Amino acid sequence: MRVDPVALLTFLGMLAVTYGARIGGYWFVQRFTVGPRLKAGLEAVPLAVLTTIIAPTVLATGPAESLAAVATLLLAWRLPVLAAVLGGILTVVLLRAVLT
Amino acid sequence: MSTIELRGQSDRWRVDFLLGAWQMLPLLISVIPFGLILGAASADKGLSSLETILMSGLVFAGSAQFVAAGLWHHPIPILVIVASTALINSRHLLMGAALESHMRLFRPAQAYLALFFLDDEIWATALRRGAEGPLTPAYYFGLAIPFYLSWLFWTMLGAFVGGVIAHPERYGFDFAFAAVFLVILFGLWKHQRRLLPIAVSAAVSLLVWKLVPGVWYIFAGGLAGTAAAALMVRPAA
Repeated sequence: MRVDPVALLTFLGMLAVTYGARIGGYWFVQRFTVGPRLKAGLEAVPLAVLTTIIAPTVLATGPAESLAAVATLLLAWRLPVLAAVLGGILTVVLLRAVLT
Repeated sequence: MSTIELRGQSDRWRVDFLLGAWQMLPLLISVIPFGLILGAASADKGLSSLETILMSGLVFAGSAQFVAAGLWHHPIPILVIVASTALINSRHLLMGAALESHMRLFRPAQAYLALFFLDDEIWATALRRGAEGPLTPAYYFGLAIPFYLSWLFWTMLGAFVGGVIAHPERYGFDFAFAAVFLVILFGLWKHQRRLLPIAVSAAVSLLVWKLVPGVWYIFAGGLAGTAAAALMVRPAA
């Protein structure tokens, strides 16, 4: 098996920017005083980041995905995580078969 | 420190580690098709198996690795790939900052090692734990180590066998991450009932996704939702 030196350099560059981002935000809030505005923003990060990652899939891919998202949320209301996730996947498979 | 105390500590480590690994199970399963597909796609683009494993082990960031594999050709466009990675993973700045308040039990070396593994899945699960009670290093590494090893394993297998899953959408695997994130989002929302960051993030994400090619939507939506929540705060009178 071969490793191209430029490929390795690319991976090290990707590592640097990724690890830099992963420690950068942590490092910043640990060292600097976080005011009420920044604090409120940081508290909203989980909701905002999870939403932005899934928004195109859930809202703009098709009716099967949007309806399966609703089903997943309804299942998550009462059932454990794994059951809700598997139920959501099953729903999307069934709806894709029916709707397309 | 007595032997009994040490024993008690290592038991607590084991219990917390195993609890983390157990609660990571849905994600350990849903990552399988993504690892296989990434490995196969990388092989298809001309990365050797060893290069694919190195990328997974060093970078450990699924979406950035997919983009890198998509951009891969010879001569390798190193600057474009590194810049795309920086853009996609800029959300980790916000994510690490948000997790900081839950990492009080981590010694500095543990924290900086833990942050290497801060991908979306581990972050979201750790954060949910932190919302319910103390987040211990043992629990965190119980999430991170099995997930990291399985990511390496499945991308490697994908690179060796290539194209094992031709149409993942037929089995709904492509929906698995959306489902997991929805469930985690719902769990967080029960602790923190705020619709504004969700609504703003979703609207900006969709708008940018429609208008701008690439993955800017992830960054734009996350930043907009965060900024909206920050701007809503009224300064104390």
